[in-house]
Amino acid sequence: MALITVSSPHTTKKGNHTGAFMRQVIYATAPGLAALTWLFGYGTLLNVCFAVLVAVGCEALFLRARGRDVSFYLSDFSAVVTALLLALAMPPTSPWWLILIGTAFAIIIAKQLYGGLGMNPFNPAMVGYVLLLISFPVEMTRWIAPHEAPALSDSIQIFLGQTNVDAFSGATPLDTMRTWAGNAEQLSNQPILHGAFAGEGWEWVNAAFLLGGLYLMWRRIITWHIPAGVLAGLTAIALPFWLFDSVRFADPLFHLFSGAAMLGAFFIATDPVSAATSRNGRLIFGALIGVLVWVIRTFGGYPDAMAFAVLLMNLAAPTIDYYTQPRTYGHKAAHRGASK
Amino acid sequence: MSEYVLILISAVLVNNFVLVQFLGLCPFMGVSNKVETAMGMSLATTFVLTLSSVLAYLTWAYILVPFELEYLRTISFILVIAVAVQFTEMFVKKASPLLYRVLGVFLPLITSNCAVLGVALLNVRKEDATFLSSLTYGFGAALGFSLVLVLFAAMRERIAVADVPEAFRGPSIGLITAGLMSLAFMGFSGLIKL
Repeated sequence: MALITVSSPHTTKKGNHTGAFMRQVIYATAPGLAALTWLFGYGTLLNVCFAVLVAVGCEALFLRARGRDVSFYLSDFSAVVTALLLALAMPPTSPWWLILIGTAFAIIIAKQLYGGLGMNPFNPAMVGYVLLLISFPVEMTRWIAPHEAPALSDSIQIFLGQTNVDAFSGATPLDTMRTWAGNAEQLSNQPILHGAFAGEGWEWVNAAFLLGGLYLMWRRIITWHIPAGVLAGLTAIALPFWLFDSVRFADPLFHLFSGAAMLGAFFIATDPVSAATSRNGRLIFGALIGVLVWVIRTFGGYPDAMAFAVLLMNLAAPTIDYYTQPRTYGHKAAHRGASK
Repeated sequence: MSEYVLILISAVLVNNFVLVQFLGLCPFMGVSNKVETAMGMSLATTFVLTLSSVLAYLTWAYILVPFELEYLRTISFILVIAVAVQFTEMFVKKASPLLYRVLGVFLPLITSNCAVLGVALLNVRKEDATFLSSLTYGFGAALGFSLVLVLFAAMRERIAVADVPEAFRGPSIGLITAGLMSLAFMGFSGLIKL
C-alpha cells in the first residue's frame, strides 16, 4: 500500500479541493437563476455571463501584475462564484456598466488587495453590491414586475442601456411593504404582497434558493449553523413585532421569502472566508445578520438589507471569533480582553 | 426617555463618529494594531468623552452664554478637555494604579482626539441641548468610537498576516478597510431621523 506523501490536510477523497467546492456552489445556484429568469426575463442571465467575464478578466490581470500563477488561482473558481452571487443579487434591468463597476470593485479592491481568496475580510460580492447601491440607488432598485418578463431582444436592449427601462419596472414586495406599512386598506389592495405564501413571485425565487442551499448542506459544502442562525434570528425578531402590530410590521414568512433572504442566508453569509469560524460563533454571526436584516428593512433607508447586514457582521466576525474560541482539550478556556 | 435612546442609537450607529463623521481617525488608525490596546483606549476615551462633553456643556451654558462669549467656544473647550484629561489621569493614578498602568500613554493622548472636541462643539450647536442630552450624546459617541475601534483592531490582526501586495501593506490597507467599514455603516443611514 502506497503511503500518502502530501502535506496536510490528509484527504484521499477525489475532488476534495477548492475548485470542486466552488463548482458545487455554482451548480446550487441553478434553481435560483432559473426562477429569476422565469419571473423577470433574461436580464439576470445576461448579467451573470457578463459579470463572470469581468471577474475572471480582473482577477487574471491582477494576478499577472503581481507575478502569480494565473491559471492556478483562476482554477479555484472563486472569482466566478463572486461574480455569480453579485449578478444574482442585482436587478435584471442593470445596464452593462453597472455590472462592470461592481464586479471590478469586488474583485480588485475587496478581494485581491487583501491577497486574494482566503484573506478578504469582507464578502467581495456584497462589497460590490453595497458600493453600487450607495452610488447608483435608482438603477439598483429598479426591478421588473413578476411574470411580466421582457422578451430577449428587450433584455439585450436594456443590458446595452439603449432602452428606457421604466416601461418594464415595477415595485418589489419589500418596496411596497415599506411604502404602505401601517395602512391596512392599502396593504390588502396590493396584489404584489399576496402571492402563494409571501410576496408575489419572490416567494418562488427564495424557495429556489432555499432548494439550492439545502443541496449545499446535503453535499456538506456548508454547515447548518449560519443559515439556521440567519433564518432563526430573522423569525425571532419579526414574529413578536408582527403579533404586536400586524399592519405596521410584516409577518415572518414574508421576511423569510422576500428579497435576498434565502440567497443571503445560504450562499452569501456562509462564505467561509469572511464569516465567523467556530460553531457558536457561526450561530451568533447568523442570528445577528437576521436581526440586522429585519431592523434595516423595517426602519432603514434602503429597501433590502442583506448586503449591509452581511458586511456589518463580516466586520464583527474577527471579534466574534476572538470571544468564541473553543476550549482546547485539556486546557482551561482562554481569558479574553474585557472579560477578565 | 425615548428621546435619549434615539440620541444614543444615533451617536453609536447612524452618525458614528469615526465611520460616518470621520472624526477621531488618528487614534482609530494609531492604536488599532492589537485588540488589547484598542480596548484600553476605548475605556479611557469613553470616560473622558462623557466627562468632557458634560463639562463643555456646563461651560457653555453657565459661562460663555451669560457673558456673551460664544466666539471663545473652541479655545475654552480645548482648555476644558485638557483639564478633564489631566484630572482624570491624576485621579486614576491615585485611585487605581493598575488601571493607570493598563491605559498608559493613551490617557494623555486623548486630549488630541478630535472626536472629543467634535462632540463638545456639536453639542452646543444644537439649540435645545440640555445637560442630559449632552451627557447621552457624549456617552453615545464614545460607545460608537469604542465599538468600531475594537472591531477594527480585531480585523487588523487578521489583515496583518494576509498576503497583501507590498505597496498596500500597513496603513494603506488599513484605510481601505476603514473605507469598506464605512460603506457597511451606510446601511444604518435613515434608521433614525433626528
